[in-house]
Amino acid sequence: MDFGPFLLLALMEGLVTAAVLALTASGLSLVFGIMRVVNVAHGEFFMLGAVLAWFVSVSVPGPAPVAFAVALLVCPLIVGAIAALADILVLKRLNYAPEPTIVATIGLLYILQQAALSFFGPDARPVPAPFSFRIQLPWFGYAGYKLVVVAAAGLLLLAVWLILTRTRAGLIMRATQQDRDTARAFGINVDRVYAGVFAMGAGLAAVAAVLIVPIRQAHYLMGGDPLLLSFIVVIIGGLGSLRGTLVAALLIGLSDGVISTFFAPTLAKILATLLVAMVLVFRPQGLFGKRAP
Amino acid sequence: MLTLDGITAGYGAVRVLNDLSLSVAEHEVLCVMGRNGAGKSTMLKAIVGAVPVSAGTITLDGARIDRLPAHEVPRQGIGYVPQGRRLFGDLTVAENIEIGLMTRRRGARVRDNVLSLFPLLRTRLGQRARTLSGGEQQMLAIARALCLEPKVLLLDEPTEGLQPSMIAHIRETVVALRSTGVATILVEQRVDAVLAVADRVAFMVGGTVVETAAASGLARDAAQFAKYVGI
Repeated sequence: MDFGPFLLLALMEGLVTAAVLALTASGLSLVFGIMRVVNVAHGEFFMLGAVLAWFVSVSVPGPAPVAFAVALLVCPLIVGAIAALADILVLKRLNYAPEPTIVATIGLLYILQQAALSFFGPDARPVPAPFSFRIQLPWFGYAGYKLVVVAAAGLLLLAVWLILTRTRAGLIMRATQQDRDTARAFGINVDRVYAGVFAMGAGLAAVAAVLIVPIRQAHYLMGGDPLLLSFIVVIIGGLGSLRGTLVAALLIGLSDGVISTFFAPTLAKILATLLVAMVLVFRPQGLFGKRAP
Repeated sequence: MLTLDGITAGYGAVRVLNDLSLSVAEHEVLCVMGRNGAGKSTMLKAIVGAVPVSAGTITLDGARIDRLPAHEVPRQGIGYVPQGRRLFGDLTVAENIEIGLMTRRRGARVRDNVLSLFPLLRTRLGQRARTLSGGEQQMLAIARALCLEPKVLLLDEPTEGLQPSMIAHIRETVVALRSTGVATILVEQRVDAVLAVADRVAFMVGGTVVETAAASGLARDAAQFAKYVGI
């Protein structure tokens, strides 16, 4: 294949990575932005979404699209409920203090991972795609489902943005983000907001996993890469900035696609980590983050 | 209306309020004065539940509110304008007001009433709160608290750093609210501002109220202010 079509293929692969990464990282960014909690267990919520999608795919009878639709609906809700429970039982009791919550979410990471190992097993398991069609370009054919993943992720991100900027719930979240004590003085139940935001963040990771699992398979250790890449994205974009998260996800996703295709996936990770180091040195608040007062 | 009885409160192991007792009635403006660190702001925070009360009771119309979660207190009818305004700076004026209306069902009517008190805010609805001038921010902070339709309004140094015309406007607002029955607790350092609106003045020392006097009497007794406030 010539360089041009090869680059196009790399960019399309990168776009799929970027879309899923943007969804996953926006959950992490939302949790940090509103709750100031660095959720080290975020990748495990992603893994849980994929593993639950496998359970749904083998449990729901009927054609693959039906099982997939059920998974898309149910898995983020279950993962969100688990996250809300973790918030109420653990994070709230720590008063959302930064250092203790990091340690607590590390503990949560291992609990979720080992629970998945116990109930799901050590093997990678495939989840069938809801439909399979190929888009035939002049130079190569491309799986249509991957483009559906990009479109679905785009729609979900648009929905998140609309919720945050156009709804009463979003207004409450933004007010709580700015000053939780003052929010309380105006009748906002901050504990409920935090539980909801933690659930929403986890739900976003889970829905990203359900979308991507037909391409990548479910495995109990699959949470590591999304966690690392999500941290890379939110640090580059600016912690708590949704716009920054989207731009950084696009940057990291596309560069990952191109470098992985032309060189090696490991090199893509090395360069992304290097980029984070440079951002931390030269612009610690990230591309779109606000400098701490 | 609002009664604090034997309140002890503070931050962790640090006790700031010691056996503090105080009350304010309907149609009354009570000013609280004292030196820095006397516990004036902490007292207001204890009323709204932002600082835990370890002893004593706070009652509103006879019902205890000191055991309620902080987010339930404003629903009982307590409006709070904190020191430094504490606006949601990245939200617009309209959104800040919307936050004030969260607990209200008839929001549109309340919003109109509040904006009629501060017509200038009506022209700034789409502007981010942090871009307003100091006086406009204070108006918004008071407007946001009034959206709760409070029975009791708590104002923490509302005239701090404001120009005289704005101070006069805030003073007029407090007087107008008194006529509607609102009880106001005003923490203030400016003697002229206190004497212009207060019915009673409470002096705080070391986290407790040491003396309460009618404002009309204090107007002739500058020594009282010098004793407790150092003016």
